[in-house]
Amino acid sequence: MSVFDGLKFRKVYSPIHNLDPRMKFAYVIAIFVVAIIFYQVIPLLVLFFMQIPFVLLARVQRQWLRSLRGAAFLAAFIFIINVVTTYFTSGYTFTAINIENSTAMTLRFIVLVESFSVFFLTTSPDHLGLALEESRVPYEFAFAFTTAVRFVPVLAEEAQTIMDAQKARGLELEKGGLLKRIRNYIPILIPLIVSAIRRSLELAEAMESRAWGAAKKRTNLYSLKLHKGDFALLAITIGILALAVYAHFNVAVPTVSSLLGF
Amino acid sequence: MIVAENVWFSYPSKVEALKGVSLTINDGEFVAIMGQNGAGKSTFVKHFNGLLKPSRGVVRVDGVETTKSSVAALARNVGFVFQNPDHQLFSETVEEEIAFALKNFGFEKEVIEKRIEWALNLLSLTQYRKTSPFLLSGGERKRVALASVLAWDPQTLILDEPTIGQDHEQKEKLRQFIMQLQTQKKTVVVVTHDVEFVAECNPRVVLMKEGKIVADGVGKEILTDPPLLELSSIVLPQIAQVFTKLSELGLPKDVIDIYEAKNIILKAKESRHR
Repeated sequence: MSVFDGLKFRKVYSPIHNLDPRMKFAYVIAIFVVAIIFYQVIPLLVLFFMQIPFVLLARVQRQWLRSLRGAAFLAAFIFIINVVTTYFTSGYTFTAINIENSTAMTLRFIVLVESFSVFFLTTSPDHLGLALEESRVPYEFAFAFTTAVRFVPVLAEEAQTIMDAQKARGLELEKGGLLKRIRNYIPILIPLIVSAIRRSLELAEAMESRAWGAAKKRTNLYSLKLHKGDFALLAITIGILALAVYAHFNVAVPTVSSLLGF
Repeated sequence: MIVAENVWFSYPSKVEALKGVSLTINDGEFVAIMGQNGAGKSTFVKHFNGLLKPSRGVVRVDGVETTKSSVAALARNVGFVFQNPDHQLFSETVEEEIAFALKNFGFEKEVIEKRIEWALNLLSLTQYRKTSPFLLSGGERKRVALASVLAWDPQTLILDEPTIGQDHEQKEKLRQFIMQLQTQKKTVVVVTHDVEFVAECNPRVVLMKEGKIVADGVGKEILTDPPLLELSSIVLPQIAQVFTKLSELGLPKDVIDIYEAKNIILKAKESRHR
């Protein structure tokens, strides 16, 4: 469940937490775009390290590390698949370039995970919903989205309780061959899904009895306002994008292997 | 026998849930663990079948350290019924739900058949044998969860909040049922907020607060000690409340049993008439 931990919002006050979610989202999307533009190790490494000041400023390093650890398995998988496929497509040879390209693909994935992790760790679901609403997303969709985000940690906790309850009835999750192990998860998944459905029905009833959707136009208790820091982040975002686009067309990015003289 | 010696436990979130808890529960005892939310009750009892392992200290079940055994092995002797039955029900029929643990423990087919029969009968669920547990009412689901644990006949039974969502009749049945287990020398540990239920059962009461045990004794003494109960945000049982108010008349304060109460009142009435 450690991947979920990396998305779990905790209420702390930091300059990053106070930033406007729309600006933060624009920043994350910019990082996303830059990570897609480049396929070389060096710019992706730069991108990776660029997030660290944000993480430290927001004081979420521990949860952030946990989300990276959670992503490690998938990252390793991406690396191996890349190495293997390039081995077959480049005429059954292992070259430094192949390894480097696979590393770049893995780094790209890690950059995406880390930037989204910072975003979700520092943005409360309420702010997120507000940002969606103010971006003219219909309230029903905004609400569904924020509720989904909000219930991720709840579901993770529930999954833990269910695992405990079944272990107490003698279920051994790590026992047996691969098929048996997959089957072992049936007693976990069914209660989890059933109680999620039951909860959503209860939530719907509770919402409707509190006049959900009674008025066409909703008002909000809080409204989002842009501050100095938000404009600074916007400037950084535009700067990164401009620099990346410029570098992509005008600078020949050297590979690590050529620098090392392979 | 369950022995906890100076047990400390903290969750990964660094919350210290238990701070040096020591407790011995003998075979055949009936213990109610009480205390406010977050006192560490559930955390503590989850150590009894090894779901949680102490960060410091030891828990021994029948002499075996829980850190040296798997949950499955410990569960064979320590049955744990969770608060919310929806956290464990997953089978297509009640019958299969009960069979789940029996199969996990490797019982023979004929034995499984017999045990299912026995458990269904015990909790008056026989008519629902082929019904989906998801179609049953909340109270019935709770009984299915209980039956699915009782079926393997563990020496110790841990019940987490067994009275929540049960009507009075079911509570009374549960009480009689625990008494019946007592006659078979089974150990029963109940985690509960339900002070009236505890008063009716009159077990040994262990009071917890902020990860520590603050009181341990017979129910009649602890449940009639207002300062102690206030410490744990527990209200006196109604009978004890009445007798506390009547203490000016020279009546005893430590009464929680309804029959004892009746006798005392009748006696007081007679002596006044004389």
